[in-house]
Amino acid sequence: MFGLLFSLKSFTAKMDPTSADKGNLGVPQLPGQGCSFHSFRTNTYKLSFTETPSGIKIILVTHPRTGDLRDSLKYIYNLYVEYVVKNPLYSPGTPIRCELFNTSLDQYVRSIL
Amino acid sequence: MPPAGPRSGDAIFASVERVNAELFTLTYGATVRQLLTDLEEVEEVNKQLDQMGYNIGIRLIDEFLAKSNISRCVDFKETADVIAKVGLKMFLGVNATVTNWDAEGTCCSIVLEDNPLVDFVELPDTCQGLHYCNILSGVIRGALEMVSMKTEVTWLRDMLRGDDSFELQVKLLKQVPEEYPYKDDE
Repeated sequence: MFGLLFSLKSFTAKMDPTSADKGNLGVPQLPGQGCSFHSFRTNTYKLSFTETPSGIKIILVTHPRTGDLRDSLKYIYNLYVEYVVKNPLYSPGTPIRCELFNTSLDQYVRSIL
Repeated sequence: MPPAGPRSGDAIFASVERVNAELFTLTYGATVRQLLTDLEEVEEVNKQLDQMGYNIGIRLIDEFLAKSNISRCVDFKETADVIAKVGLKMFLGVNATVTNWDAEGTCCSIVLEDNPLVDFVELPDTCQGLHYCNILSGVIRGALEMVSMKTEVTWLRDMLRGDDSFELQVKLLKQVPEEYPYKDDE
């Protein structure tokens, strides 16, 4: 999954006709640098993606006919801040095991579908 | 083009939850006092405050990004501006200015006219080496590290030592790109 997003991102940046600085394909980028895709669709699902400048990536895999989910991804980032980042027992960089985050995320995702 | 983020933190400062300023000042003072008692050496206290700030900064950055709606800054100049105008206002409620750029644009000073941390504080003679607000430099260092900028933050002027304002020097050491963390044969 990471490899897919990583390569796709570097690919979309490379394709960008508006950017002057092309660089080489596969050269590491700063998180949030250059352009980035926000979703792609296959015949069976749609994948929505966002990345913050701090390198947090949020991905939603949904029905192929769902609309623009960028605002939802932003909302989820806010949930992450409230329930994960502000949880003193969570150490950054480790898997998220926060009950409150899980339940509120679950609730939110159910509400948007 | 992504929508530009706010150029001032006033609106965010008005909308976030705040605590009483005196409670905040006194809590910080009590923390520093306890560190002085525990660690005895002023140098050690400076180090500890910086480390505490760093730990705050690496978490604070996400809250900052989520609430301020700021996308990636194009260069370090913009970054420094955003710290001074949006970041410090949003979390401390103070106004700051950016000055003293060097020729390469990698080193600048952030000047604070006001600092809620130091209300009621006087440094006794035994603590002259103490950087009382060292936690702030740690926060900035930690936060910038999370957005892939290695920096060095030092205090140039300190009101507690008789200067007329607080001046923080922020120096960009290098930018670290995101690396592909797996080897080909894994």
